[in-house]
Amino acid sequence: MTLPVDMSTTLGNAWFPAPLFTASGCASSGKELAQFFPLNQIGAVVTKSVMSKPRHGRPTPRMAETPSGMLNSIGLQGPGIDSFLANDVPWLLEQKARVIVSIAGETVEEYSTLARKLRSVSGISAVEVNISCPNVENRGLVFACDPDASRRVIDGVRKTIGGDLPIIAKLSPDVTDLPSIARGVVDAGADGLALINTVLGMVINIDSMRPHLGGKTGGLSGPAIKPVAVRAIYQVHAALPKVPILGMGGVASGRDALELILAGASGVSVGTASFGNPSAIIEIQNELRDLLAARGFATMQQAIGYAHREEA
Amino acid sequence: MATINKNAIQQVVTLVSNKRIGAYHQILLNVGDVVKSCRPGNFVAIRVGGDSSKMILRRAFAISRVADNSQYGGTMELIVAPHGSGSKWLCSQQEGAEIDIIAPLGTAFGIPTEPINALLIGGGYGSAPLFGLADVLKNRGCKVDMLLGASVGSKIYAPMEGKRSVNSLKIYTEDGSMGETGRVTENLLDIVRDRNIDVIYSCGPMAMLSAITALVAETDVIHQCAVEESMACGVGICMTCVLPVQNEDGTTSMLRSCIDGPVMDGSHVRWDLVGKVPEALA
Repeated sequence: MTLPVDMSTTLGNAWFPAPLFTASGCASSGKELAQFFPLNQIGAVVTKSVMSKPRHGRPTPRMAETPSGMLNSIGLQGPGIDSFLANDVPWLLEQKARVIVSIAGETVEEYSTLARKLRSVSGISAVEVNISCPNVENRGLVFACDPDASRRVIDGVRKTIGGDLPIIAKLSPDVTDLPSIARGVVDAGADGLALINTVLGMVINIDSMRPHLGGKTGGLSGPAIKPVAVRAIYQVHAALPKVPILGMGGVASGRDALELILAGASGVSVGTASFGNPSAIIEIQNELRDLLAARGFATMQQAIGYAHREEA
Repeated sequence: MATINKNAIQQVVTLVSNKRIGAYHQILLNVGDVVKSCRPGNFVAIRVGGDSSKMILRRAFAISRVADNSQYGGTMELIVAPHGSGSKWLCSQQEGAEIDIIAPLGTAFGIPTEPINALLIGGGYGSAPLFGLADVLKNRGCKVDMLLGASVGSKIYAPMEGKRSVNSLKIYTEDGSMGETGRVTENLLDIVRDRNIDVIYSCGPMAMLSAITALVAETDVIHQCAVEESMACGVGICMTCVLPVQNEDGTTSMLRSCIDGPVMDGSHVRWDLVGKVPEALA
């Protein structure tokens, strides 16, 4: 198949043949989506953030649909890093999928421990350091809301993991000055940024007259937050034009993906849209290629940050 | 190579008919060859609201029954209660409407290899998949008894043709407007003993499934239940529909009711922990 547009992209020193990715936490470890499209057709599978130990997550209800969006309150349920590396990563590599492993920890040390385990795993394209999951017991644990804690986590991961594997720091939009947090983690050794994690929200059940979610608060995702993502990516790309951004937040069509790329994203993750349509990623990738071609772009990379160009 | 959802097909299908039956809508979809891989207990995930909808998530419905060679080819029947905005949208769709579905999804009821005495218990529209199951069990030579319950008579779904596949049917309503007054669990242990029941198949509200599990806990009866937990995706990627289920080693895992269910062994579900989180893993 010949591509009218070169769709390849890079995040740090990692090269990907296509610019669409799963979003961590929205594709589990890939097995569930393999029935709907070949996993090697997209840029990479970004796996669900894994912690050092198996974890149950939060109580149900964990979900509430909201206008053009949803709240989730999963709380990082997962098998733990050892089971994940023994079972999930080998399976993905067998499928010839590229893999970005997302890690999450409760302490700076836990992130370093996870990084140490990843260091010896071959075949991984990059590591996403999720410092912005909103579904933890104590909001104080959202490292990405604290510039100093963010830097310490990334610094620890960088020192442990060594030089080669690109580190992508996943940040929260729920901060006052996102560019300064972004600059801090880049200074600490992040090669790229994942923008944005979900936006903290709440739904109150008017029958029980209490918060609907078991975890009370949840992360808002879906088309409702797309303008927040576009703004965040635009602001950070303006401040740090050389730092690659994996953009995400409400992308449900090729037009949405293009918007994030024009704002400054080098790649685009699709999350919540996969819940409503498990083949959304591949459809969005095809739509994006047509939209780029129609606008005269020979390569996807020419469109990155194009919305920032000076007035003619 | 898919190992999960491996029979699931995403396709746009045509709505063949939409009839009101009591409090429910009986919706027939022309789904083609996918009926060959649908088993009693499986469900379908349906996109609702049309292209410009603010509803972004699919809705899961139990497949009531499938037919391979109706006048339309392969058809799938759903029994839908129009109570939320998604199910109301589906119930408002007319003949000829195009519907985006993914099916079949989830686990199916286990079918015995030899004839057994089966008791099928349905609560509200939970009875829908039991009639298709009754056909399959009957064809295997099983004796099939059925108990249906609901708050009021209009919420009992018991189609005429469905009654032919059961040996007996007993109906309970809480207000006494149809059948006996009370709940399906009323004389359950007597029925199990008198009829030598081997397996109970149930579908309905979680409280009913939990109550049945508790009643038969001290017996040899196997209880296969189809659980109902709110789902965002239906295909295993969102992790919202989890239930605490006991493993063989005594630990408890939060399993997804979409891919590890909806049909589960009732005795494995930790009903006491639903809505809670098990103690931290050792």
